[in-house]
Amino acid sequence: MSVQKLVNEKGLRIDGRRLDEIRPIKMEVGLLANADGSAYVEQGRNKVLVAVYGPREAHPKYVGLHDRAVIRCRYHMAPFSTEERKSPAPSRREVEISKVVREALEPAIFSEQYPRSMIDIFIEVLQSDGGSRCVSITAASLALADAGIPLRDLVAACAVGKIDGNLAVDLSDIEDKLGDADMPVAIIPALNRISLLQMDGLFTEEEFVKALDLARNACMKIYEIQKQTLRQKYLQEKEEDNEKG
Amino acid sequence: MSITSEAEPLSKIKSKQIVKLLNSGERLDGRSLLDYRDIQIETGVIDKAEGSAIVSLGNTKVLVGVKVELGEPYPDLPDQGALTVNAEFVPLAYRYFEPGPPDENSIELARVVDRGIREAKTIEMDKLVLISGRLVYVVFVDVYILNHDGNLIDASGLAAIAALLNTKLPKYEVKENGEAKKTSEYDSLPIKDCPIPVTVAKINDKILVDPTLEEENIATAKLTITTTKDGKICAIQKSGIGTFTFKEVLEAQKLAKEKARDIRKRFFKEWCLGE
Repeated sequence: MSVQKLVNEKGLRIDGRRLDEIRPIKMEVGLLANADGSAYVEQGRNKVLVAVYGPREAHPKYVGLHDRAVIRCRYHMAPFSTEERKSPAPSRREVEISKVVREALEPAIFSEQYPRSMIDIFIEVLQSDGGSRCVSITAASLALADAGIPLRDLVAACAVGKIDGNLAVDLSDIEDKLGDADMPVAIIPALNRISLLQMDGLFTEEEFVKALDLARNACMKIYEIQKQTLRQKYLQEKEEDNEKG
Repeated sequence: MSITSEAEPLSKIKSKQIVKLLNSGERLDGRSLLDYRDIQIETGVIDKAEGSAIVSLGNTKVLVGVKVELGEPYPDLPDQGALTVNAEFVPLAYRYFEPGPPDENSIELARVVDRGIREAKTIEMDKLVLISGRLVYVVFVDVYILNHDGNLIDASGLAAIAALLNTKLPKYEVKENGEAKKTSEYDSLPIKDCPIPVTVAKINDKILVDPTLEEENIATAKLTITTTKDGKICAIQKSGIGTFTFKEVLEAQKLAKEKARDIRKRFFKEWCLGE
């Protein structure tokens, strides 16, 4: 169906990447003064900003649970984040993604330490370029860590798809649209567990097994950058303290 | 906004019993871990709908009605018919279902069923065009939950494909000026695949097929894998606040493929390849 070639003779993609190469990533934490924790991640042309508020008292009170914190998560795309303006009202897609993102993050959070409380995760996709739910998970787990919320580990996410018959990691928007499959995966590295798994398109069993492996490798690369980002932030703070003190 | 929800409370003695049985490979209703409950499918239950089916999965009951109408194609797909899937968790189906706009669970269910049908290229969309770019058939698949006893996705996906296979396509006469007039004749909806979703639940470290509501309430996560007639995977959805190991996911994929083939063999024989 696709007229445009997504992979050339040299095995390179439209943006010059190899099949197993993720897009350039930039991460930053603690950039929003009001939030308890925040993070900003750019991956390719994706730009995602996340703020975490909490743990705070559950509001309204009846949503609170007696044995753990409730997690509230909103994935939202800015109206100007897409080619054509997106209505700011939540779409069915955003409702579903808010749910799966929450369910990808929740197993990493020690929510049992905060009964009757609420932890809010607000995700704003400022610009989307394919794979924005994965970037959102990567960024949200950084924001949770930045808020000082106890975590089993960070959560790293990346999609694997199929373009021109080849498995490829971290699909861009155009590759997703013209490609034959897309499978977002989130991993909690310390537990070696999968906390998000979705797929649409067509995979044979063999491709699925291989795709899962590619996803794990891509997530581990992202995980290293996440850890480095957090470490840097605290080293920086320590230096500032030393200068003052 | 999505918020952690609490499952229906289940007495400790019962959840302990479920776990204890699972450890010896049994379940409350006498099934093994990898058995489906009894499946019943009845088609053509609503005359006024172009297609319909009612599926029972044990005590879970789902009705799907298909309406076919004319409408505009999606701007980026001028030569394709359109498909929309919607799910209603009607209050008569379960104590905790409330009337009102679809919540995240019904939206998720509809989108997972939609993905299975769409990605398997089940409906030959290019055959549903009356005037290119202007007038196409729109297939509305409406999922109606009638009784909730767990595993709504599998019941809904099964009912959806059974209803689509049962759907007739009203014939239209298209006049010179682009007006379309409905005739009294029908074709059948052009279908070329038979996607079947299979859901597994995880309770502690046990993987079980076709969870009941009680089992879902103590499960930490579920994984739905939809496969096509030739055993390819066309949709996956993990849900719930638990996790899966890589091994469990691979095991679930094999199970899904095998169980879907069994179901196809029993109910959709003509879609069973190589048997």
